[in-house]
Amino acid sequence: MSAKQEDIELFHSMISRVLDQEIAPYYDQWEDAAGIPRSVWHTLGRAGMLGIDMPEAYGGAAASFEISQLAIEEIARMGFGGLASGYNIHANIVMPYILHLGSDEQKQRYLPAMISGEVLGAIAMTEPGAGSDLAAMRTTAERIPEGWRINGAKVFITNGLQAELVIVCAKTDPAAGARGVSLFLVDTALPGFSRGKGIRKIGQHASDTAELFFSDLVVPEEALLGEAGKGFAYLMQELPRERLGVGAQAIGASEGALALTLDYVQQRQAFGQRIADFQNTRFKLAEARARLEMARAYLDQCIARYHQGNMTPTDAAILKLMLTEMQCDIANECLQLFGGYGYTVEYPISRFFVDARVQTIYAGTSEIMKEVIARSMLGKEAPHR
Amino acid sequence: MTNAVDQQELALFRDSVIKALETEVAPHYEAWEKSGIVPRELWNTLGNAGMLCVDVPEECGGCGAPFQYSVVVGEELARLGFGALSTNVMVHSDIVAPYLSHLGNDEQKQAWLPKMVSGDAVGAIAMTEPGAGSDLQAIRTSAVKGGSDYILNGSKTFITNGQHADMVIVAAKTDPNAGARGISLFLVDTSLPGFSRGRNLDKIGQHSGDTSELFFSDMRVPASALLGEEGQGFVYLMRELPRERLVIGALGVAAARGSLDMTIAYTQERELFGQKLAQLQNTRFEIARMETDYRVNKAFVDQCIRQYEAGELDAPTASMAKYSATEMQCRVADGCLQLFGGYGYTTEYPISRNFIDARVQRIYGGTSEVMKEIIARSVLGRA
Ligand SMILES: Cc1cc2nc3c(=O)[nH]c(=O)nc-3n(C[C@H](O)[C@H](O)[C@H](O)COP(=O)(O)OP(=O)(O)OC[C@H]3O[C@@H](n4cnc5c(N)ncnc54)[C@H](O)[C@@H]3O)c2cc1C
Ligand SMILES: Cc1cc2nc3c(=O)[nH]c(=O)nc-3n(C[C@H](O)[C@H](O)[C@H](O)COP(=O)(O)OP(=O)(O)OC[C@H]3O[C@@H](n4cnc5c(N)ncnc54)[C@H](O)[C@@H]3O)c2cc1C
Repeated sequence: MSAKQEDIELFHSMISRVLDQEIAPYYDQWEDAAGIPRSVWHTLGRAGMLGIDMPEAYGGAAASFEISQLAIEEIARMGFGGLASGYNIHANIVMPYILHLGSDEQKQRYLPAMISGEVLGAIAMTEPGAGSDLAAMRTTAERIPEGWRINGAKVFITNGLQAELVIVCAKTDPAAGARGVSLFLVDTALPGFSRGKGIRKIGQHASDTAELFFSDLVVPEEALLGEAGKGFAYLMQELPRERLGVGAQAIGASEGALALTLDYVQQRQAFGQRIADFQNTRFKLAEARARLEMARAYLDQCIARYHQGNMTPTDAAILKLMLTEMQCDIANECLQLFGGYGYTVEYPISRFFVDARVQTIYAGTSEIMKEVIARSMLGKEAPHR
Repeated sequence: MTNAVDQQELALFRDSVIKALETEVAPHYEAWEKSGIVPRELWNTLGNAGMLCVDVPEECGGCGAPFQYSVVVGEELARLGFGALSTNVMVHSDIVAPYLSHLGNDEQKQAWLPKMVSGDAVGAIAMTEPGAGSDLQAIRTSAVKGGSDYILNGSKTFITNGQHADMVIVAAKTDPNAGARGISLFLVDTSLPGFSRGRNLDKIGQHSGDTSELFFSDMRVPASALLGEEGQGFVYLMRELPRERLVIGALGVAAARGSLDMTIAYTQERELFGQKLAQLQNTRFEIARMETDYRVNKAFVDQCIRQYEAGELDAPTASMAKYSATEMQCRVADGCLQLFGGYGYTTEYPISRNFIDARVQRIYGGTSEVMKEIIARSVLGRA
């Protein structure tokens, strides 16, 4: 692995310190308020937490990819599932899109501002009628002399309420199917852009999830990211990294849940012994540990491959499928070991449980991951009828 | 096996329950979920609609209906997605009221049952303490004789209906040295001095279900508050818990029906990749798996209900019903939520509530692990 051990340790302690000081004392409040104050992103930016692996030229730390995943993992380990999602979108998805696809000017304009936290990023693919089936999207971007005119609506957009910049996927050629999709860097201050009120969820309360509306929204020519018509190909190219980030979230959250539970079962007594002394408890926790070790090895392998530029979409799908399903199972088993306390908001294990549940849904559902894996083995299924 | 209950009449009763819930509960339920509790008047509304303690004998103000009628009320609450309210009503009608019917003397029955039937009094039962959940024998709340009264000291936690309760059945130690044999039950009138309520605990689901801490501080209750005999409390708990567990199982089965119904409808509407979600084989197999899971459990729970009515339901079998049906309920809610995609994670889609409401069913009324202990002992004896 390329990252030096001391680098990793240095970053690790920096990340932990920032989370302990700047996030932990307030996180419950943000969960209650169903949102993270915008200023927190500035704080994270100042602390060097955003764009860890971005080039120094843009203000990044140019650290290894591994360390950028470590940051996601640590946020999730602390039980800040909502923040982990928002962070994953901003730092691990939107920034790499711009770095990989943007023009020099686009990079100069957005990356430093995203690294400092001045600009918060979001990415808008999903629509009411197009989730798993992204090619069915109906948002359009029509060419006009001033640039492009965007019309349509998006749903479930993480960071949508606060973002200054949204990568919007739209059809520039509705007749061309997947080949008619393009990506736009949309400045949310422009007229014609509006947001719904936040979508209420059963978990990840602190993360903002919003509907976005575009009504004759005119963006300049330079808002196009990459080439017109290649949007779908870009999505397919970048989604593996997003899924890797979700995998890192899953590992971190599972380890965090397990650590809380290990503590609890050694303190709590029933029938004159510690909960930790019941064989059932021991075996449940042993199983969790065994799964985690396997998962960790696979994550490390994917990170190494990504680093070398040869992580395949199938690798990423296997990772996301197995790790997020594992996360839900572990959170579920751990909650059970807390008895009634596990059902109360006061005990953070309950948050690990509700925060986990969406991990098998967003960034491609478990079913879609299976589709991706199956196609790599069997090809596309033949249409019948 | 012939069924003593007239199924046609039962179906009519079920319809009337559904109608009442649709008018009195459905329009307000989301608001109650947000406020974290149901309004106190709801109990009177349910009482007026004839939905509380329906199997309480007529001489105590009830309508003396068979047990199945009481189950129907809980089932419909659960099926319609009112998880928290189903828990509240179950505790009141299917746990507290039967304790009184089975163990109370005439005076006690007359004092509380008619009011519980009308909703003028809300009932709760307080066993769990911070240091004693699964291990009920470890309770420390004490009841010490003081003249002709008992003086209660201690605290309870996780008490369903704790905020609204007018009467709480409190399990307390009358003889701290006698272990399980030193436990007695008291009918505690919450208007007496020395009683206080703590917070309504904030939970991840069943938001409108109130779950509270209760405190007893030199609380004097008259000797007439003793339910049954002194020192027999643990025996009574063991005797009554099977009914509680059976009803929790029945709620689980009904809630799963509700989850399945809404999911079946959704998969037939939602389109993706040029077809209905319901046409994808994975969806079909998931629905097939869950429908099977549901029916097997429904059959077992229904059998247990008949056994209970015949006085033949033993504790291990009731534990199997609770264990199996609530685990099934959680599996089904989870599988259904997944089929809703991102919408399943939002509060706007009721499947999300079914998912979070279900999770506690494997915990309260005795955890799945405690159910397995009971079942294992009946098969293998003590370890
Ligand atoms: C909290 C949250 C945050 C999100 N953040 C973002 C974001 O920032 N940006 C963004 O663009 N989107 C975001 N999403 C949207 C998310 O990616 C979609 O919800 C997800 O892709 C599923 O799409 P859908 O909800 O439309 O479900 P649908 O596509 O309608 O799926 C319904 C069900 O069908 C199954 N299914 C679909 N296709 C198949 C198949 N071929 N075979 C078998 N089963 C299938 C699915 O697995 C699912 O179980 C977010 C969602 C949530 C809940
Ligand atoms: C919403 C809600 C409503 C409730 N309503 C009421 C109410 O109205 N009245 C009331 O009295 N109580 C009520 N309870 C309390 C509930 O019954 C207890 O939470 C439950 O019995 C578990 O006890 P505990 O929480 O102390 O967990 P613990 O007993 O501490 O158990 C912790 C873990 O250890 C496991 N465990 C325990 N014993 C064993 C064993 N022998 N072998 C293996 N594993 C074991 C448990 O299964 C659990 O996983 C309610 C709880 C909730 C959450």
